Amino acid sequence: MSLKMPAPPAPPTSANDADEPPSSGPAKRQPFVLSPDREPVLADILARYPNKMAATIPLLHLCQEQHGWVSNEVVTYVAETLEVPTSHVFGVTTFYSLFFTHPMGVHHVWVCRTLSCALNGADAVLERCRERLGIDVGETTPDGRISLHTAECLASCGSGPMMQIDKSYHENLTLERVDVLLDRLRRGRPLASALGDGPTR
Amino acid sequence: MLKQTKYLTKRYGLDTSWTLETYERTGGYQQARRALSMAPEEIVSEMKAANLRGRGGAGFPMGVKWSFMPPKADRPHYLAINADEGEPGTFKDRTIMENDPHAVVEGCMIGCRAIGANAAYIYVRDELHLSKQRLWGAIRDARAKGYLGEKPFGIDYPVDVFVHSGAGAYICGEETSLLNSLEGRRGEPRLKPPFPAQYGAFGMPTTVNNLESIATAVVVMEMGGDNFSRISDLHEMRDGGSRLFGVSGHVNTPGTWECAVGLTLRELIYDLGGGPKGGDILGIIPGGSSTPILRPHEVVDAPDEGHPLHRWHGASVLDVPLGVDTMRNLGTMLGTCCAIVLSEQACPVLAMHNLMRFYRHESCGQCTPCREGSGWLERILDRIVAGEADIDELDRLHEIASNIMGNTICAFGEGTAMPALGFLRKFRKEFEAFVRTRGQSSTGRLTLETPADDRAA
Repeated sequence: MSLKMPAPPAPPTSANDADEPPSSGPAKRQPFVLSPDREPVLADILARYPNKMAATIPLLHLCQEQHGWVSNEVVTYVAETLEVPTSHVFGVTTFYSLFFTHPMGVHHVWVCRTLSCALNGADAVLERCRERLGIDVGETTPDGRISLHTAECLASCGSGPMMQIDKSYHENLTLERVDVLLDRLRRGRPLASALGDGPTR
Repeated sequence: MLKQTKYLTKRYGLDTSWTLETYERTGGYQQARRALSMAPEEIVSEMKAANLRGRGGAGFPMGVKWSFMPPKADRPHYLAINADEGEPGTFKDRTIMENDPHAVVEGCMIGCRAIGANAAYIYVRDELHLSKQRLWGAIRDARAKGYLGEKPFGIDYPVDVFVHSGAGAYICGEETSLLNSLEGRRGEPRLKPPFPAQYGAFGMPTTVNNLESIATAVVVMEMGGDNFSRISDLHEMRDGGSRLFGVSGHVNTPGTWECAVGLTLRELIYDLGGGPKGGDILGIIPGGSSTPILRPHEVVDAPDEGHPLHRWHGASVLDVPLGVDTMRNLGTMLGTCCAIVLSEQACPVLAMHNLMRFYRHESCGQCTPCREGSGWLERILDRIVAGEADIDELDRLHEIASNIMGNTICAFGEGTAMPALGFLRKFRKEFEAFVRTRGQSSTGRLTLETPADDRAA
């Protein structure tokens, strides 16, 4: 499996850092910090539940949206923020298929392949995605932009074959439509979506 | 009998049907306002009279479920709404959340009052971003109007509603697994007892209802329980009202429709679904992939007058009304009421292989028979499909599936084994021929001959 990723972003340098002597050892991984614009969202999430542990899944989603995947640093951050053991957070992360434990592409393409979609040509759609992106399921394009996944039933059985690209469903697919969607995605063009601006979590 | 109705779906197709303005213009929030000043027992008895069978798959009477909650609210109670909608073939709850999210919120308010809860959590699978966005929008607007919060409509009974995202796990549609996931844990099912009504979310008494069920609670309050129940052809069998029916797979016009309970598979497939495409029907999975498959030529065998299906003795299974008890007596289940139709061009071995891969992928891994068994089932089917299996392995599939049944904490085990056994029993000849000829007897595909790129966009 070839999983090529863009180089990690350079660690932020602040005025304090500039005073430190440059270290000669291997680069130390930066602890994860939630971006300031996400702090109010976290406060809102915590207010929904009677205890902090219940915020584990919503907070993991929030962190993954920022970081792209759930690194060990994210796990540590979530555990400390919610005052739960890191083992708990890691256990939750690995249980659910939408949390990634390794770096991923900027965009995610999920092709549903469960029975109703399979009866209507999901295999051909998946094959086309493989061909067009030049990668196999579970891989990311060499430019780090697109990851390809298969999905199990996405509740769109009456409009198969279908795929989910990031947060939007694309239904009643033809192979031509798959080409158009992937092409737009690669070139960074927006895809038609029923999603508005409101929060989804 | 085909009787299309417009109670639950009356706002579908209206311009901006999901907004508070449209909702109120069409009579919205009147029932929550009324319910909050009613005694909880009154609401529960309306719901019992409605004979509303849970729409999530098990078909448990909703009013009875609500009555299990302890009457004295000396500690917090919770309402949890199951919108995990992961059952293959099922795509009905999504339509409610997208088209009429305020009905869900109003249903939650009625439910909260009935069970003595002040908070409802709607557990939506993460992939349904549009549904979650519409629900959050509805909650925000209802809060701003003072319909949710400390004093809804000025009545001293605080209610709030929240959306909780899943993270990609079919098992979280199982009620105790859903509760664990809501609490921020791995979504592994819990042993029962204790039942959620005693020890549910956060250790407190909790009721878990399907999303369609809770939205239907508004209709029940509007019409009155008994009137609602009588819409159904199966009112006498205590299976009341109207509900969403869906069909997908090899039919000309797949979709969901609201009809009175009592619709038959023939009406669903031919009248609503536009008829099968690709020739004759090979089989029908009546209500989500966990329900055992039916073949179109099967007839009801109930000569005994006491048999619940005696009325339909000798009739085709396609002409039996779709109800919780009728389907159970046919040896399958009504499930989520969303059927999958397979054309004779589709290979049953490949269909079973597809579903067993699904169950292996989605087993939570807690119980050995299910974790290992689902993997064995898939691997034997891998061998069969590859033409490497011998005929004894068909019996091994039977044996493994039978050993999963009844030996797991939750119903996922049965959900895997029942469709497996269904395929093996109903298509024994096809399976044997497939193994003997190393796949030569099969059409070798699930799709129709028309390639996908010829379909209308």
